[in-house]
Amino acid sequence: MAELTRDEIARYSRHLILDEVGMAGQIRLKNSAVLCVGTGGLGSPLMMYLAAAGVGRIGIVDFDVVDASNLQRQIIHGTSSIGKRKVLSARERILDINPFVEVDLYEEALDSENALRICAPYDVIVDGTDNFPTRYLVNDACVLLGKPNVYGSIFKFEGQATVFNYQGGPNYRDLYPEPPPPGLVPSCAEGGVIGVLPGIIGTIQATETLKVLLGLGTTLSGRLLLFDAINMRFRELKLRKDPETPPITRLIDYHQFCGVPRPAPDQPREEAAPMPAEGFFRLTPAQIQARRADGWAPYVLDVRGAPEAAIVRFPWADALIPHTEVAARLAEIPRDREVLVHCKLGGRSGMAAKVLADAGYQVTNMEGGITAWARDLDPSMPIY
Amino acid sequence: MNVLIHIPTALRPYVGGRPAVEVAGSTAGEALDDLTRLYPELHKHLRGEDGKLRSFVNIYLNDDDIRHLQKEQTLLKANDSLIIVPSIAGGARG
Repeated sequence: MAELTRDEIARYSRHLILDEVGMAGQIRLKNSAVLCVGTGGLGSPLMMYLAAAGVGRIGIVDFDVVDASNLQRQIIHGTSSIGKRKVLSARERILDINPFVEVDLYEEALDSENALRICAPYDVIVDGTDNFPTRYLVNDACVLLGKPNVYGSIFKFEGQATVFNYQGGPNYRDLYPEPPPPGLVPSCAEGGVIGVLPGIIGTIQATETLKVLLGLGTTLSGRLLLFDAINMRFRELKLRKDPETPPITRLIDYHQFCGVPRPAPDQPREEAAPMPAEGFFRLTPAQIQARRADGWAPYVLDVRGAPEAAIVRFPWADALIPHTEVAARLAEIPRDREVLVHCKLGGRSGMAAKVLADAGYQVTNMEGGITAWARDLDPSMPIY
Repeated sequence: MNVLIHIPTALRPYVGGRPAVEVAGSTAGEALDDLTRLYPELHKHLRGEDGKLRSFVNIYLNDDDIRHLQKEQTLLKANDSLIIVPSIAGGARG
């Protein structure tokens, strides 16, 4: 095992004088490797603290670039990093905090083909992703490789954290055997998240990672920690192995498992199809603009929340009804007109369109929402 | 028997924004049925078309998952609380 240099001893002195860490523990950290999947809200504080603590090698998986909307919570990135690849921006910050850390970059989406190869060299895998397919993939890869998976997840003001697959403990599938169908659970991009929340959950993940590496204390294995920031309440639930959950024997197609399309950002958008089985039409912003120019005048329903409408809205929208309230407020929506629904990205309006179609309305959903409109047609509109 | 059901952030829009709802029932299943009777919009989020609890929504009696107790037949006592804990995925793209 590599020993500590004089500079490292100076740097880690507050660890070295702790009985629970000491020289042996710090050398152990130096010879440890942690893989962080995602460099977003959770990965930011996590990687910064692991780097500062002296974890010898940190692997980073991310294929995104830094966007202005990330900076409210992703504190590893700064204003000067906007437009930069996240893995590079993160590495720069890590090496500024601690040049003794080795950083491995994986600028690719984790998938069933590469997951075992990418995870294999690391002692602990930390899950800081934002989607169900990757969460099940990370879990299954950890189970197959016998590695602990330090889990954290956030939504609005609420967070969850635990340690999966550690010393024979339960894994993600024992907690949730199956993912929710797409669209039923809103994403942070649609639901929002308070910026400091991933700071708390990511720092809890960092704490648990260091404890696992050092073999210290009692981890969250077998316990699910819930955090409610708005009422400042922590709650702890028991987490057990579920005997009814089938064993994990190989990696599968996680997009298919979660019922979501594989991400294909550069594919040309398909033309809107005639009435599909779901019972409503879909049109792109450009198609809607062209039809409106031809005199099409549907009843326009914005199904976002009021805070979003305060940021940007279509002056020609007729009403604002959050998608969760559409079913209860049908009386407010005229039955003698076609209805055009939109939200931020098209997901929530798709749910509202289904509700309206089931109730007998003729409905069109705006593909890509007001964000696509602002991006494709009107650069004067803000994107949030 | 009246018990308190704690509602997670993701489902609060369907119960008028309330963090907890008081319901009546002598088992976990009855309490959940009372909740969806009060707030019908919540039904499809808790149960599938077959009427079974959805596998990405866990129900805890105090700190224990009812899957490891008597499931929906789990008996409730005074001052018990039920907690709905849904699957959430937020973090970062990976």
